[in-house]
Amino acid sequence: MVTYIIRRLIWAVVMLSIVSIITFGIFFLVPRLAGATPEDLAARYVGRTATEQQVKLAAEQLGFNDPLIVQYGRFAKGIVAGADYNNGPSVEHCPAPCFGYSFRTRLPVWPDLLDRLPVTISLAIGAAVIWVIAGVATGVVSALRRGSFFDRAAMGVALAGVSLPIFFTGMVSLVLFSYGLHITAPGNVYTPFLTNPLTWAYDLLLPWITLAFLYAANYARLTRAGMLETMNEDYIRTARAKGLAERTVVLKHGLRGALTPILTIFGLDFGLLLGGAVLTESTYSLPGIGKYAIDAIGYQDLPQVMGVVLVAAFFVVFANLVVDLLYAVVDPRVRLV
Amino acid sequence: MQKTTRLGVAALGALLTLGLAACGGGSGSSTPSSSGGGTAAGGTGTFNAALTGVVDPSDKKGGILKFANAGDWDSLDPGDTYYGYSWNFIRLYGRSLVMFKSAVGKEGNELTPDLAEGLGTPSDDAKTWTYKLKAGIKFEDGTPVTSKDVKYGVERSFDKEVFPDGYTYFNDFLNWPKDYKGAYKSKGVNTDSAIETPDDQTIVFHLKQPLSNFDYFAQLPATIPVPADKDTGAKYKEHVIATGPYMFKTNEIGKGFSLVRNPNWDPATDPNRKALPDGYEVSTNVNADDIDNRILAGDLDVDIAGTGAQPAALGRILPDPTIKANTDNPTGTRLWYTSINGNVPPLDNIDCRKAVEYAADKTTLQTAWGGEFAGGQIATSLLPPAIPGHEDFNTYPPGADNKGDLTKAKEALTACGQPNGFETNISYRAERPKEKAAAEALQQSLGRVGIKLTLKPFPQADYFALYAGKPGYAKDNKLGLAMNGWQSDWPDGFGFLQQIVDSRVIRDTGGSSNVSVRDPEVDKLIDQAMEQTDANARNAIWTQIDKKVMDDAYILPNVWAKALLIRSKNASNVFVNDAYGMYDYLGMGVK
Repeated sequence: MVTYIIRRLIWAVVMLSIVSIITFGIFFLVPRLAGATPEDLAARYVGRTATEQQVKLAAEQLGFNDPLIVQYGRFAKGIVAGADYNNGPSVEHCPAPCFGYSFRTRLPVWPDLLDRLPVTISLAIGAAVIWVIAGVATGVVSALRRGSFFDRAAMGVALAGVSLPIFFTGMVSLVLFSYGLHITAPGNVYTPFLTNPLTWAYDLLLPWITLAFLYAANYARLTRAGMLETMNEDYIRTARAKGLAERTVVLKHGLRGALTPILTIFGLDFGLLLGGAVLTESTYSLPGIGKYAIDAIGYQDLPQVMGVVLVAAFFVVFANLVVDLLYAVVDPRVRLV
Repeated sequence: MQKTTRLGVAALGALLTLGLAACGGGSGSSTPSSSGGGTAAGGTGTFNAALTGVVDPSDKKGGILKFANAGDWDSLDPGDTYYGYSWNFIRLYGRSLVMFKSAVGKEGNELTPDLAEGLGTPSDDAKTWTYKLKAGIKFEDGTPVTSKDVKYGVERSFDKEVFPDGYTYFNDFLNWPKDYKGAYKSKGVNTDSAIETPDDQTIVFHLKQPLSNFDYFAQLPATIPVPADKDTGAKYKEHVIATGPYMFKTNEIGKGFSLVRNPNWDPATDPNRKALPDGYEVSTNVNADDIDNRILAGDLDVDIAGTGAQPAALGRILPDPTIKANTDNPTGTRLWYTSINGNVPPLDNIDCRKAVEYAADKTTLQTAWGGEFAGGQIATSLLPPAIPGHEDFNTYPPGADNKGDLTKAKEALTACGQPNGFETNISYRAERPKEKAAAEALQQSLGRVGIKLTLKPFPQADYFALYAGKPGYAKDNKLGLAMNGWQSDWPDGFGFLQQIVDSRVIRDTGGSSNVSVRDPEVDKLIDQAMEQTDANARNAIWTQIDKKVMDDAYILPNVWAKALLIRSKNASNVFVNDAYGMYDYLGMGVK
């Protein structure tokens, strides 16, 4: 088990390094191949009103004239050892892991990401709890009552949940529940959990439900399909023949068997969400990683985009590792070697 | 069986029950905006009332005004900000040498002294400008403001590496020492050739050339004083040292900030500011549709960008007279236009350019830009109506229905030797759907006379630097037409016209907003206007330039931008200031 985890962690580091190389290449190699000069890249850092001489100086100082491998080495060194930046009257040290400075806000990217992470984690955890409970429960009941009114209604709602985009359900929910009925918090509010857990939950309730609606729908359909397949297995018949209570048969034998694919999907979904629930955070103006990402893309702020990509990649890799470990818990046939 | 049914229903309803159960818990941070009641949207207001008068006038002090921004400031640093709303808002925490009056409509275009005792005194044929500072003005920490703090503020703004967002007016016009690089890189260099401070209350600007309207430069945020010992360069925007009635309490870049009263602001030195609210809460990067909904619901007071309601909200506001009654629809100082590049054949022939002018359907262009309320007023010349020097004229009458004069267009095509039309490309910024729609509208309307346009989208970040604004690229790639837009830096002919019609701002390396106007006569007229100290005579020259550019057919005006602003339920003293084309943020109070 320990060997397995160490091996996976090493692979995670290798994977993140590959992601960083690809990301760096997309932002710095591809533009060069398309004909962009070091001055074109530097122009973003000095604004539209800079003179040609100022742009050239900036390109030199930012190291855009160096070979790409040197530039990547500098970027990677910043992540592991930090880097120094000139902010005008003084030179400032950006401690490791330094993902560079945003050329729009002139602030280091890493503290920004750390600052926004609790919002995204709060959103993801709350929504995940709701969607797993609601989705799996609905899926189980639908499978057990296949063809019933409940089954048809639940799957209809699930189809709507998968089909309706979050920016639509989010906006409608805000107008209806926050600005019409005044029973939920408006957009653009977030209270840290440690400041006031109740307010934290109240502020995030609507985003949680909106996000969970999308995922719960998917999980209900997946669980239903899994349960239908599992409940026809021989070992379920054996369990019933042994005289086990139906609840035990369903929850301990049936659901457990159907959970493995759910767990796989959950790992991916949850990891991706930790990397930023872009639409939900944008709709509700929550200052999380997703909103940060979409703003960074809008402003073409490369250091910020690269930071987000690497953080998102980290969470996907990490979540998959956790899911693989959980396989052994859910399915006794799985052994981690 | 019944048990499982109940379980299923409970599971299906989990989201709703969870939601309802939690609804009763706590008021969260959704405190109602401001204090006081205020009329609901659709209450007692009148459409466009804030264009000509003060809505809900009051001198009541107290309360908090809530602002939100769909984007973010370029910078809160006075030396590094170039957004119109930022110049409007910055007056709350910073005082420049002179400022625009906090007044309704055109009166807001007038300059009035702020830090200075009076407007500038010109000498040496308007190449030297002197200002005397008022006594008793202090920074938020109680330190007296001196002319040296103003000089330092201008000097530090010179450095475009540290402050890339600002303008270059001071860099370009002041007589800086050779190779000067700003307060940081040229520390200790004597800059008296550009700015002198003979005593703590006097500041003298020396220009390279006569400039009759330097007072407009003196209202720029870069003349807001910065204490050198508190300057943190690129990080100064995290805590700007206030001289205005408010100072920063919190500031989280990318999220928002709050302002509270500045105890060291002395109203006796400041007749321009009422400072009614106790403070301001500003959120940034907020969903634009949500901003509209919150203002309509009374949860928020101002969309700070001042660019108007989003299409979703327009759909609610315009059909409902009661909601519409609490909105205002000012025409701003922005022109959306199409540059006609005379470097790209056959548009090097003036008659071919005229054919474009005549064939354009102004009604479809207006629709493309967003229509009558959110798009703009059909433009027939360059200078917007709010700018002195504007004159109503139409060099290329598009017919009574504004759909273009196809007969005249065909005559012009024949005169330029292209009787069956010609082919060229039209560029636009890919991220801007309205520019694309306008380009498509032109494609349709010019196609009626055989002018075939091919649409060429480019990324907006590099639009001027690498594509439409780079003369070599534009010519090689036959970008005969380019969608463009310009907002006046300040409401006078120089602020509006110089950057878009002076051929000397065009650089081979790209980056200029002027991508088409190359007329030495226009350049000469600009020089004459800059030397003319009589305002009326100067405005007449700007009118002349406007007509000359239209005669040359280098620019096809589309619309003068309009925005539908939603009036807050909670704010008092609401009025539109023409200098900014949006609500005046200095005058507002809380009901």
